[in-house]
Amino acid sequence: MKFLRQFIHSPMGVIGAAMLLVVVLVAIFAPFLAPYDPYERVEASPEDILAPPDRDHLLGRDDAGKDVLSLLIYGARVSLIVGFTASFMSMLIGTTVGLVAGYYGGRIGNLLMRLADFLMVIPDLPLMLVIIAVWGRGLWKIILVIGILGWTYTARLVRSQVLSIRERQFVLRARALGASDARIILRHIFPQVLPLIIAEAVLDISVAILAESSLAFLGLGDPTLVSWGMMLNFAFERAISRQAWWFLLPPGFAIVWVSLSLVLIGNTLDQIVNPRLRTHHLFDARRMVALVTGEPPQRGVELPG
Amino acid sequence: MERGNYILRKTAFAVVTLLAVIVFNFFLFRVLPGDPVKLIIHSPRMTREAQERIRVQFGLDKPVWVDTDRLRQGDILGALDTQFTAYVVNLFRGNLGISFTTRQDVARLLAERVWRTVVLLLGGEAVAILLGMALGLIAAWRRGTRLDAAILLWGLFSWALPTFFLGIILLILARGHLPVGGMATPGLRPQDGLSYWLDVAKHLILPTITMAIVYTGEYILIMRSGVMEVLAEDYILTAKAKGLSTFRVLRDHALKNAMLPMVTVIALTFGYTVGGAIQVETVFSWPGIGRLMYEAVQKRDYPVLQGSFLLLAVSVILANFLADLLYSVLDPRVRAE
Repeated sequence: MKFLRQFIHSPMGVIGAAMLLVVVLVAIFAPFLAPYDPYERVEASPEDILAPPDRDHLLGRDDAGKDVLSLLIYGARVSLIVGFTASFMSMLIGTTVGLVAGYYGGRIGNLLMRLADFLMVIPDLPLMLVIIAVWGRGLWKIILVIGILGWTYTARLVRSQVLSIRERQFVLRARALGASDARIILRHIFPQVLPLIIAEAVLDISVAILAESSLAFLGLGDPTLVSWGMMLNFAFERAISRQAWWFLLPPGFAIVWVSLSLVLIGNTLDQIVNPRLRTHHLFDARRMVALVTGEPPQRGVELPG
Repeated sequence: MERGNYILRKTAFAVVTLLAVIVFNFFLFRVLPGDPVKLIIHSPRMTREAQERIRVQFGLDKPVWVDTDRLRQGDILGALDTQFTAYVVNLFRGNLGISFTTRQDVARLLAERVWRTVVLLLGGEAVAILLGMALGLIAAWRRGTRLDAAILLWGLFSWALPTFFLGIILLILARGHLPVGGMATPGLRPQDGLSYWLDVAKHLILPTITMAIVYTGEYILIMRSGVMEVLAEDYILTAKAKGLSTFRVLRDHALKNAMLPMVTVIALTFGYTVGGAIQVETVFSWPGIGRLMYEAVQKRDYPVLQGSFLLLAVSVILANFLADLLYSVLDPRVRAE
């Protein structure tokens, strides 16, 4: 597979994939990895509150006397569940809307794209904030809100691709042979758009994870679950004045770790599937000069004078 | 002629969007469980007269949306005598309700705080845009070099960085050197003149830097790919063949053409930037609209939440509308579209 080979040859993509794999494994095997059960009630004595790291608690304890490392390990679950599910929802809606709007166009297509335009100009975080604040805090509510609001960019991307693919020879030929619309969309157009959708989906997972952690940090996380954003909310409200960095920094770096891994993968995929990014005349001209004159290519293009 | 059409279309879209936000705002807070007006009416702290006043003001004895009985009788004006109409009328009178917790007028509360958020947004955006464009241009031009890789990595990294966490890190690092919370040192007042405003400026440094760092990354990535696409165009090869210097190719051709998508992107990401301001204000207790929303969430102060959301949404819609108008000036092709 050419696609896979290109990916493996990109250091960014490989590093990102390895980083993501670590988080996925931690989330799956959380009960075996975590030294304590973060959902168990802890009888904490005053000196346990925000106790600094020691041999039994490698990352110290939080404001309720719980083991921070265990909280951190279990927190991976919420981030990944929200990220993957919400992104999957967004992709499903966005792809369907994009295919319909691009292939059929017409009044429905137009209406759907206007709806996308509308959602695009409403500020995301404030909108999620008011909906969750009124609707109530819960894992599935958060996933639904992030997923339903996140499809607009995908819809635009898919639609613009479909608009050009629709007029290509092989599609026209299939239509002339009497293929139905559904068959043309599913067998001929969708496979062409799929690589772009996958690249977009990976980036969208990181967007969803960041959205969930922002909501949780602002006090709107699911109160029954351990999540990194909520750890930061508690740490920021209660631990920052006591310099309890062991409670404050790990969840933040965990969010950076997982979202960076996805951004690295997504960016690599994007570069592979978007061939237009590969030509560059200033860059090529330099190579050409080197070929003609026989001199080794220089780094960068020198400014005259 | 075409330009008039374009402006007309964009105006119509902005108006429809504004109306939709108003309708949404009404229904979100009125239909979902936890109806704020009902909550305040059932609050034991309210006197009977105050409850009655609110009941009349919000038209709670009337139907929510359309009075179907009167509509059936053909009384169209009468059918519109509903809670929704009362809400819209109140809105245009500048009446956004009263805060649950402080009993302050929400419209006045917002007016008092909005400029603080505007200052933060303008400062952060200005730094981010200038820095992002410069670095993105350099990265695209030196594509494939180590410098490009470093700039690109920074761009990706800052994209993956949650705004609030960067704020917290800067807060920890700068504590003791710079003010890390609030708008001014307690004790100083606007009457103190220059020393007060200098103090405010100092308090703005960390929030602005946080905003700038996070949003620079986004602009770098967009500028870089924009310039790269432009550099792949044939007219760049033509310009090069004409013997133009690299500097002039970059300045006159690449920069100008890559500016167009930047305008759209700045406007489209303005919504994200506003979301970032909420986080930054929360971390640094900067008393703007964002901090207000954070406190309103903690206290479930729905009228304040509703008013803040409306203000932010309207601002972003208007900003996008202005960007569309600007775009038609910058790009003559839009007019012919």
